[in-house]
Amino acid sequence: MLADVLTMVWKEWKELLLSRGGIRGGLISTVGIPLAMLGVYLPWQNGPEWVTTPLLPAAWSWLPLLLVGALVADSFAGERERKTLETLLASRLSDRAILVGKIAALVGYGWGLALSSLVLGTITVNLVHPQKTLLLPGGNTVAVIVVFGLLTSLLAAAGGVLISLRAASVRQAAQINSLALMGLILGAVGLGKTLPPVWYARVAAAFTPPNLLRTEILLATAFLVIDAALLAAAALRFQRARLILD
Amino acid sequence: MGDIAIRTHELTRDFGSLRAVDRLSIEVPTGAIFGFLGPNGSGKTTTIRMLLGLLEPSAGRAEVLGYDTKTQPDQIRLRAGALLEHHGLYERFSAWDNLEFYGRIWRLPRRERHARIEELLRRLDLWDRRHESVGRWSRGMKQKLAVARALLHRPRIVFLDEPTAGLDPVAAASLREDLASLVRQEGVTVFLTTHNLAEAEKLCHAVAVISKGKLLAAGHPDELRSRAGVRAEIAARGVDDAALAALRARPEVHDAGYRDARLTIELRPGAELAPLISLLVEAGVRIEEVRKASLEDVFLTLIEEEKRCSPTC
Repeated sequence: MLADVLTMVWKEWKELLLSRGGIRGGLISTVGIPLAMLGVYLPWQNGPEWVTTPLLPAAWSWLPLLLVGALVADSFAGERERKTLETLLASRLSDRAILVGKIAALVGYGWGLALSSLVLGTITVNLVHPQKTLLLPGGNTVAVIVVFGLLTSLLAAAGGVLISLRAASVRQAAQINSLALMGLILGAVGLGKTLPPVWYARVAAAFTPPNLLRTEILLATAFLVIDAALLAAAALRFQRARLILD
Repeated sequence: MGDIAIRTHELTRDFGSLRAVDRLSIEVPTGAIFGFLGPNGSGKTTTIRMLLGLLEPSAGRAEVLGYDTKTQPDQIRLRAGALLEHHGLYERFSAWDNLEFYGRIWRLPRRERHARIEELLRRLDLWDRRHESVGRWSRGMKQKLAVARALLHRPRIVFLDEPTAGLDPVAAASLREDLASLVRQEGVTVFLTTHNLAEAEKLCHAVAVISKGKLLAAGHPDELRSRAGVRAEIAARGVDDAALAALRARPEVHDAGYRDARLTIELRPGAELAPLISLLVEAGVRIEEVRKASLEDVFLTLIEEEKRCSPTC
């Protein structure tokens, strides 16, 4: 199973890198530009605050959602559109290996890029804006970014794959996916704006010590449950006969 | 299972009210190139999908290499190669990467995988262009590469769904030649669907004719020719009324006619042409050319009969 998943990941990443016509163009657009923006340009402009802001965990936890969301529409709808899906389904790969392989490739990309840009951003800030001591994000911040980065990558990948499995075309999948992402982000922002002051104070208190850890665990559990539900739904929707007839 | 690679019994598949495959019962011997012939929309692709376990039958059953298509599809796919309706190649990938991906899927060890890829690409004259994006290739080259992919892991059975469809005559002939030589060398059972009768005649040891999901006939192409009672066309001079009457009087002749120096003889099933040629020569007819019915004539006769017969038969 693991070997098959890795084979799928190899294929998915290779396709991603070749999406601009060649490996070099693909590397620049899918890895180079995001790393240059998030790991060099923005930290350079923002200075030490880039590493020390209390918003760092929140921002970096949501970043993979956007990175994965930009690619996930292509996962199954693209294979169907390019007529490569049936041959893949006629191979010896199991349903689970294909599905997990595609999700793992997306999670690896989104999560990996978010963590790499965080590391690169920290290096950039320390090089360009040197202080007396090294500027590093706190242990809790790093742990939150690692855990929530993984969970939001999985959320975007599993949800997006489910949409892509059902969509008639890549365009349709991308549209639904964008709407879902927009709804999620605007919903969160809107909710924050419309909360009554008492509730707002409670939420703010939940995100400050000593309640912070409890809130983080609760949120992580909620994400985990949603991710598991989306993965189960995608596994249920992944039926060879249905995909062939679609 | 013995010497039978594919066995179907009353295999049926419905899509709503449409019956795509209708109680199909066939046997494909191991090692044979089996032609599955039929017009567009006759149920060929649906049959392949059921044999690969990609679609479940609505009724009936099928076994491939002794494995049930409904309960053991993974075992079948493990041992089968396929070139389906579309070549299924990743067009942004090079030929090498396409084969590398499928070689990894079939878990061929690295050294063996690379040697096998080289062997197939060289044999199909694609080696020099192995690093090019497949998207830039002609359709004929892509089909060749898809054949290589289907044979990469040395499967025991290969399903080829109209491999030469849409190719120009030169590319089709080249692919046919490569296919024949590869299959001979690999000793693999081939299930080939086509509506190109010349292709089936050239490649296949046995054929089955299907129309509207129903099996119309099955057997060796020669057997089918004789069973269907087909026609011979003879370019001849000096055919008079007496010669024509003598011909028509023969029991194996269903009908005969002469027009524009062409003698057309409709033979009854199983009839031999040679005695009739002798009869004509003895009657002073000068024979210039004899064209025995091709598989295409058999096919057209069967389809025509099926149309006349349906829905009463």
